[in-house]
Amino acid sequence: MGLIDILSGKKEIIEKKWFDMIAASYPVNASSFLKNQKEQFANPVGNTIGEAVHTVIDVLIHEGTNEKANTCLDKLVKVRAVQDFAPSMAVDFLYMLKQLLKDELKNEFHTGGVYEEFLLIESRIDTMALFSFESYLKYKEKIYELKVNEFKNMAFRLLERANLTFEFKDEGPAFEKSVLERDTVK
Amino acid sequence: MTDELKQDDLVKINYKPPKKDWMDTPVNFRHGTYIYPARAKNLKYLDLPNPREWSPTDEDWKLPENWKDIILNGMKERLDKYRSFKVFMDICVRCGACADKCHFFIGGGDPKNMPVLRAELIRSIYKGNFTAAGKILGRLNGARGLTKDVIKEWFYYFYQCTECRRCSVFCPYGIDTAEITMMGRELLTLLGCNVNWVLEPAANCYRTGNHLGIQPHALKDMFEMLLDDIEDRTGVKIEPTFNRKGAEILFVTPSADYFADPGIYTCMGYLMLFHELGLDYTWSTYASEGGNFGLFTSHEMIKRLNAKIYAEAKRLGVKWIIGGECGHMWRVIHQYMDTMNGPADFLEAPVSPITGTKFENAKSTKMVHITEFTADLIKNNKLKLDPSRNDKLRITFHDSCNPARAMGILEEPRYIIKNVCNNFFEMPENTAREQTFCCGGGAGLGTDEMMEIRMRGGMPRANAVQYVHDKHGVNRLTCMCAIDRATLTTLMEYWVPDVKVTGVHELVANALVMKGEKERIVDIRGEPLKEKKGEDDV
Repeated sequence: MGLIDILSGKKEIIEKKWFDMIAASYPVNASSFLKNQKEQFANPVGNTIGEAVHTVIDVLIHEGTNEKANTCLDKLVKVRAVQDFAPSMAVDFLYMLKQLLKDELKNEFHTGGVYEEFLLIESRIDTMALFSFESYLKYKEKIYELKVNEFKNMAFRLLERANLTFEFKDEGPAFEKSVLERDTVK
Repeated sequence: MTDELKQDDLVKINYKPPKKDWMDTPVNFRHGTYIYPARAKNLKYLDLPNPREWSPTDEDWKLPENWKDIILNGMKERLDKYRSFKVFMDICVRCGACADKCHFFIGGGDPKNMPVLRAELIRSIYKGNFTAAGKILGRLNGARGLTKDVIKEWFYYFYQCTECRRCSVFCPYGIDTAEITMMGRELLTLLGCNVNWVLEPAANCYRTGNHLGIQPHALKDMFEMLLDDIEDRTGVKIEPTFNRKGAEILFVTPSADYFADPGIYTCMGYLMLFHELGLDYTWSTYASEGGNFGLFTSHEMIKRLNAKIYAEAKRLGVKWIIGGECGHMWRVIHQYMDTMNGPADFLEAPVSPITGTKFENAKSTKMVHITEFTADLIKNNKLKLDPSRNDKLRITFHDSCNPARAMGILEEPRYIIKNVCNNFFEMPENTAREQTFCCGGGAGLGTDEMMEIRMRGGMPRANAVQYVHDKHGVNRLTCMCAIDRATLTTLMEYWVPDVKVTGVHELVANALVMKGEKERIVDIRGEPLKEKKGEDDV
C-alpha cells in the first residue's frame, strides 16, 4: 500500500486532528467554540479553518494543484493576520500538519517507497507554507495601507472643503485638445 | 542550564495556551489593539477630572492618589442611581447564551470579549466590594479586589466593545451588556482614562455643535460644494436655508454626512428630496451634529451634548424635527432624549405636510427618522422614482446596530430600497435585522490606530457580505449610519474589495425624478449611470 492509500484511509482522522491543533492555538473557550459551532455565519473563523484543512488534505491526497489549496490558505491567513498572533504563530499551522503526518505515519515509513513519497508531500507543504508567509505579509501591508488611506482621505476632504486645494477638472474634448496642442508646441 | 537543552527540546512547541484563570491574565497593550488616550486639553474643555499626558503602554497611568475610593464611590452612586446596573450585576446566571454572540469574540477568539466575561470584569469588583457573599467567599464567589491592573483591563476591554447590543438579544434575562460597558466607561472617566477619538469630537461638539469643530461660515461653504455637485449632475439648483426662524421643520444629521465620503452623497439625497417636495425646513449651524459621543463617555455627557437639538428647535421656533441617517444618534433620541432633555412641549406632534401622516411613534420626542418620512412619501405615491437608474448596483442592506436594535427600524429602509432599486438581496437571517453584526468600529472605536481590532471585529459582518457577493454578485452595501459608512468602507476594502458602501438616501438621490432636471447620465457620485458592456460590474 502506497502513501496516498494510507493517507486516504486516515483522511478523516488527520483532518480532525489538524483542525483541533489549529483550534488549540486560540484560548481555551475560543477553541471549543471553533470546534463545536458548525453554522458558517455564526462561526466564520471555524468555517475558514475547516475549509482550508479539508482542501489542503484533499489536494495532497489527490495530487491536485497547489492553486486550489492556496485560495483557502490565503483566506485563513487573512483572518490570522488580524488576530492576536505573532507572525510565526499566524502561519505555523502548516508546520503543525507536517508534524502530524510524521506522527501518523511513523509506523508506515519502513514500508517500501512510503518515506520517499512522504518527502515529496513534505516539500509541497513547505511550498504552501512559503505561499502563506507571502499572504501574511500582503495582509499586514494592507492593514497599514488602510490606516494611511483613512487618514489621507479625511485630510484631503477637509482641505478640499476648506477651499485650500485646487484640482484641475477634466473639461471635455476642448480641454483635452488644448492640452494636446500645448504639448505639440513643446 | 542552557547546556542541558538539546536541539530537539527547543523545537518542541506546546501549542496549548497556559491554563490560567482569567483573573490572572493581565492585558497586553500591543499597538493596533488600543486607542490613544484623550489629550489633556479635551478633558479640561469638558471639565473632566485628571487631565494629563499618558499612554496605556506606560507602567504608571498617573491615576489620582485616591483612585480606589473614586471608583468604589462611583460604583456605589451608580448602583443606587441606575436600577438596571444593579439588576445586571446581580441577575446573570452564566448560561452562556451571549458568550458566542459578540463579533469581537467570533472574529478574534479572546475570551474576555465574550459578553458574559466582559461583564464579569466589573461584576467581580461589585461582588468583592458590595456583596456579603463576595466579601466572605472571595474568588469562590467570583469576587476579586480592585487593583490598578483591573483598571487597565477595563480600559482595554470596555474600549473593545462597540455597545452594539447583539449579545443582549440572546440574553434570557435581557441583560444589556452595552449598559455595563457604559458604566465601565463612566467609571474610567472618573479617573481621566478616556480615549481621544471620543473626547476630541465631544469637546468640539460642546464648543461648536459638531464633531470637527466646523464653524457656521465653513459649514455653509461645505454645502456650497455639495450644491454645485448636485447642479452639475442633475441640472437642478438648490438653495437650502440655514438657521431660518419660523421654518416648519428642523433637520439634524451627523456632520460626517456633509464632510466625509461616502456620506456626502447621502446628504445630497436629503437636499434633493427636500427641494423636490418644497419642504419648509431649515438646517442649523449649531445643531449641526446628530452624532453624540457623549453616549460613549457618560450619561451626563450625553445630556450635555444633546441639549442643543431641542434648544435650537426652540430658538428657531420650528414645529418638529427630522433626523438623518445616523446610528447611535437614534439610540440617544429614541431612548434618552425625551427624559434627559425633554419634555419638548414647545413642539408639535409631527405630521407630514406632504401626506398628512401623523407620526404617532414620535409624538413624545417630536423627532422623526428620515426613513420613516421617506417611506411614508413613497407609500403615498408622492415621489416620482426611476429605480432603473440604480440598475448597475446590486444591493444588500446592513442593519445598523442602533436603528435596528435600539429603535426597531427594520422595514422602512428596506421599503425605500425596494422602491428605488431593482436588485436587492438580503444577507443571511442570523446576520440581519435584530441579529445584525456590528461594523466593528462603533461606540468610538472607528479610529485608524485600532485597525487590527476593527478588522477582526468586523469579520462576521464582512463574511455575510462576502456570501451575498459570491451568490448574487452584490456590489453595494447600504446602511443608515455615518459611522458605518466610514468603517464599513475600510472593512470592505480589506475583506470584500469589490463592494462599496452607500447610504439609503444616496439611492433615493439617484432614482428621484426631479422637476426641471436635465437628462441624468451620471449618478450622484458623478459616475456613469450605466456600465458599458464588457466592463467589470456584474
